[in-house]
Amino acid sequence: MPLVKGNTVVADEFVHLAEDAPLPADGAVLLSAERFLKDPEAALARNGKENVKTGVIWPNNRDVDDLLPYLDRLAVIALVFPIFRDGRAYSQARLLRERHAFKGELRATGQVLRDQFMFMLRAGFDAFEVKKDKDAQVFADVAHRFSVFYQPTGDGRVTAFHRRLMHLPESVKS
Amino acid sequence: MYAYDELDRTIVNERVSEFRDQVARRLSGELTEDEFKSLRLMNGVYLQLHAYMLRIAIPYGTLSSKQMRALAHVARKYDRGYGHFTTRQNIQYNWIKLAELPDALSDLAEVGIHGMQTSGNCIRNVTADQWAGVAPGEVEDPRIWAEILRQYSTLHPEFSFLPRKFKFAITASEHDRAAIKVHDIGLRIHKNAQGETGFEVLVGGGLGRTPFIGKTINEFVGQRDILSYVEAILRVYNQYGRRDNIYKARIKILVHELGIEKFKQEVEEEWAQMRDGALALQDAEIEDIRSRFFYPKYDNLSDTPDELKKALQNPNFEAWYKNSIAPHKQPGYAIVTLSLKPVGGPPGDATAEQMDEIADLAEKYSFGEIRVGHEQNLALPHVAKRDLPALWRALDKIGVATPNVNLVSDIIACPGLDYCSLANARSIPIAQELTRRFANPDTANLIGRLHINISGCINACGHHHVGHIGILGVEKNGEEFYQITIGGRADENAALGHLVGPAVPYDQVADVIEDIVEAYLALRQRPQELFVDAVKRLGVEPFKERVYATR
Repeated sequence: MPLVKGNTVVADEFVHLAEDAPLPADGAVLLSAERFLKDPEAALARNGKENVKTGVIWPNNRDVDDLLPYLDRLAVIALVFPIFRDGRAYSQARLLRERHAFKGELRATGQVLRDQFMFMLRAGFDAFEVKKDKDAQVFADVAHRFSVFYQPTGDGRVTAFHRRLMHLPESVKS
Repeated sequence: MYAYDELDRTIVNERVSEFRDQVARRLSGELTEDEFKSLRLMNGVYLQLHAYMLRIAIPYGTLSSKQMRALAHVARKYDRGYGHFTTRQNIQYNWIKLAELPDALSDLAEVGIHGMQTSGNCIRNVTADQWAGVAPGEVEDPRIWAEILRQYSTLHPEFSFLPRKFKFAITASEHDRAAIKVHDIGLRIHKNAQGETGFEVLVGGGLGRTPFIGKTINEFVGQRDILSYVEAILRVYNQYGRRDNIYKARIKILVHELGIEKFKQEVEEEWAQMRDGALALQDAEIEDIRSRFFYPKYDNLSDTPDELKKALQNPNFEAWYKNSIAPHKQPGYAIVTLSLKPVGGPPGDATAEQMDEIADLAEKYSFGEIRVGHEQNLALPHVAKRDLPALWRALDKIGVATPNVNLVSDIIACPGLDYCSLANARSIPIAQELTRRFANPDTANLIGRLHINISGCINACGHHHVGHIGILGVEKNGEEFYQITIGGRADENAALGHLVGPAVPYDQVADVIEDIVEAYLALRQRPQELFVDAVKRLGVEPFKERVYATR
């Protein structure tokens, strides 16, 4: 599955670690939520080093609050779209980015199609495990299809409300 | 009227261009029908029994003459010359070819209308009182808030893939014409003891398989907090609403299963963490939206002009005037309802010619503005009373002056088995038969206000639960049967109807309805007692006896 980051297809340095595979001393890994929570310290501080790249695949029916103690040390949180229509991870993404100020990579996984890129970007995702190669190739074009946005989200885009207000006479503003 | 600006138009155009690409990918086989389904639904495109159906949003039911002409143009160019106005301030076309859908949407985009979010598991077209801004005694024009909600909900990055569809309705009048108690979120604008304007928020109402009347979650949410408050509700719903069973996925089930107290607690905990964030509305933002609504420059006119007095001597005009004209906040003006319920016609249908003519008449007599109500009728909201006789003659000529508004033949009906792939039974022919049975205006006037609602299946698009008389089509051993309920209503005293008895076959429905109406005429305390009030006083029993005694 191609990974898109920064508008371009990149190689995924993170290895999805199987449940029974041993934790490598080095290297970037993605762990299941269950495995990660069993022993977070073992995953986050491997081989005595503090900054080993560790990510967690977080299911969409589990409260993201359980991750709060580890947010500043996690390199990646991968949220899951089991089917196109299941939008729980959009809420999780906004909570992680906007309420809990998660600064690492927020990755969309599962049924990730081009038709969701705009929603995902606005919700705070910055990496996409895209289902179809062609969708990954056209990522940049599709991501810029819309140029006006109504809602304020953590992506910082200026909303239509505010663009209009910038043109208002002072009398209305005050 | 609210006029879309360059930013609103840009979003609509960009959406059409995205959909054009999606249709092309479907036609080339790049997308399977299954993949395409969610995408087309979010643009109002259904696959029905015979063809694709296109549903177009008419936000809060307000249309300009120019927009109405564009609707007529689409009916004529891409469809079979007519459209169907629905119970949700939408219009549907039934026969547009998939390959032509992007062109039809592109033509509509030129006048700022679209099919966005008229379907799919997102926040649907926001509906409002169709007399908003003109009804006397309104706290304020609820469309300002419907428009704020429309913008807030359009292509919402968090709530475009909810567990199920999500419907908002809003009113600012004491008399609820927007049926807010049977919506996922109903908003009632009112003033608190301090004289501040805010919202009573109701949640978890809805019809369908499991009907509920909405419950008040908060008596008063202030203006600056309304968007954050509804976002808190939606976020709780998005995370905890059921997704394992589509019949249990609506917010009404979540509210019911948690109980309103627990649900409120969840919402308010969420709200506490975000209410002062980016969604807190500034006065300038509200004023900006308010300033984009244009209101007619009314003249100072007589409230009882000679033209009207003279015309009222004509019994035909008088009959129409009596039930089609409503008081206006401006003296000398009236709100005129156009009946899309001619005797023998399918409720809510309008031809391209009628639409064009109505657009012209709106320009001539109603400052170029038209309204669409959930009863599947249209209205001209600003007509000078002195113009009523001339307007009536013109409306009569095109068949939209049937004097039956709010009477027994002003029937709400879904398209039923004739068009809809979900339906189990026909709705339109039942409505047509009933309009013929009650075609005599004297009988209809004797009966008084009586709402009949017909749905062809349990999904309740015809809102049968809240009809004074509700008719629900069901299928039994391959045959159409109809369950009949009485005592429902969709106004500020919203209630669900009660079953009268066993379902009856198709060919007995009209007889049964006649029996129920006759029983009412015999049982009412006085002519002013409405059917629905008589049912409330008497219960179902006397009606049941009358219907089943001889069957």
